[in-house]
Amino acid sequence: MAFYCDSYTILKKEEIADGIFSYIIHCPEPVSSAKSGQFVHIKAEGYTLRRPISICEIDKKEGTLRIVFEVRGAGTDKLSQLEVGDKMDMIAPLGNGFTIKELSSDKTVIVVGGGIGVPPMLGTAAEYKDKNKVKAVLGFRSKGRVILEEDFKRVGAETAVCTDDGSYGEKGLVTFPLIEELEKGKAAMIYACGPTPMLKAVINTARVYNIPCEVSLEQRMACGVGACVGCACNIRKGGRDFVLRVCKDGPVFKAEEVVL
Amino acid sequence: MSKDLSVTVAGVRFPNPVIAASGTYGFGQDYTDLYPLNKLGGISCKGTTLEPRNGNPAPRIAETPAGMLNSVGLQNPGIDMFITGYLPQLKKDGNVIIANIAGATLDDYKQAVERLDGTNVDMIELNISCPNVKQGGASWGITCEGAASVTKTVRAVTKKPLMVKLTPNVTNIVDIAKAVEAEGADCLSLINTLLGMRIDIKTRRPILKNNVGGFSGPAVFPVALRMVWQVANAVDIDVVGMGGITTAADAIEVMMAGAKAIQMGTAIFTDPYSPLKVIDGLEKYMEDNNLDSLEEIVGTVQPW
Repeated sequence: MAFYCDSYTILKKEEIADGIFSYIIHCPEPVSSAKSGQFVHIKAEGYTLRRPISICEIDKKEGTLRIVFEVRGAGTDKLSQLEVGDKMDMIAPLGNGFTIKELSSDKTVIVVGGGIGVPPMLGTAAEYKDKNKVKAVLGFRSKGRVILEEDFKRVGAETAVCTDDGSYGEKGLVTFPLIEELEKGKAAMIYACGPTPMLKAVINTARVYNIPCEVSLEQRMACGVGACVGCACNIRKGGRDFVLRVCKDGPVFKAEEVVL
Repeated sequence: MSKDLSVTVAGVRFPNPVIAASGTYGFGQDYTDLYPLNKLGGISCKGTTLEPRNGNPAPRIAETPAGMLNSVGLQNPGIDMFITGYLPQLKKDGNVIIANIAGATLDDYKQAVERLDGTNVDMIELNISCPNVKQGGASWGITCEGAASVTKTVRAVTKKPLMVKLTPNVTNIVDIAKAVEAEGADCLSLINTLLGMRIDIKTRRPILKNNVGGFSGPAVFPVALRMVWQVANAVDIDVVGMGGITTAADAIEVMMAGAKAIQMGTAIFTDPYSPLKVIDGLEKYMEDNNLDSLEEIVGTVQPW
């Protein structure tokens, strides 16, 4: 799991929703070992701490990574001022990433994303393109926050969009389309990233249907590489409790081991 | 032309004066993808206690203008794991290794240091200054009596070079430094983090689950520099300076204030290569000023 720290050129920039930015970055070295579910740790000029941003898509042929992030504060606002041709100072790729499985072709994979937790699910869906049916269940606050719907279709995923206020797609939580898909009895794996209440609901649903599930966690982070032990999360394995690092031991954990 | 950047602190030779600060570099395993550890002058390992500890609940990290807060609270795998799991590899690679030891009771310190005494660790840094762990409401380092008693207890059980790390969260750090020196400390390191706080104004909750945490980064540099200067002028033992050092110029300031070596921490989070940049900058400074040893600049500030 080698990682690199360098400045990489921005090839493309797009504001895909109000305050949500998509960047494509040319970084062949990190790309060579990058996996979906990993993240990059980006320096925001003038700020002490880097910003951890999950990898949205990986293009090994072009040597590019795509990241999508939301402006949440002054640091991400600073990052969003970077333009095509500018350099992005990143430590990448970091973390463990999702486990991509070899499944028989009649099996379905479900990816569940909520809000700014949606981007890492795109690259995960793409891993199963032309191999398995992928159902993408994406939840957003409202129509104006919907992102990447066309991209999920591009990678061949059957996509259901839900909004909290019903202004786009189905009104309500991601659990309804998730259960609908699980009831078909073909699902073999669930991946999820999003806000804690959503993750709890997905973890519980996966347990009820007894389907393996991996979730990606988020925590305030300093070093990003495991040294500072800042980004703690509680994990229960084999009846024992552990405090692990989201950045290095995660950010992806088995659903049944996560204590939220 | 390549210069000899080595410095000697309490009899221990460091190949250069830039040491990774405890709590910011783990046990040296996490940055080896970027550069070999032996580029650094040394590594002060993560604060280690007699028994493993899980630390404080998350969030443990908050950003500040020109700095950060942490409330990790000494999460560590315990002294036995340090000795058997990490130290052999660290020493095999030829690095100068400092063990950083913390405890709740005098006996905790004593037992942990006793176990280290027979190892090949180069130096022991006594952490009597972690602001994140409750110990009867106060840490050992905030009174002369407390600081002296830990130093005395540990001094009695080890001949290893002993460095005591001081907290800035005291009325007079010079008094603490003198008390520690009197009990046989071989050198001092300062400063540990300042106690700080941030509040999320939307939730009206502190960002840190521990409410308060240790403040570090460039913002604390002038406070650290002032304290290094005061302490170095008041004691005869060596001083290792830290607190917000980010550039070679910062390191030179701290050495001119009286530190023989420096530690870097938060700057590594911003730029993992920053220690190497400081080392390069120090070498260039030596060349530009025709220095044969960096020790020539230690304590050379000429106060008004």
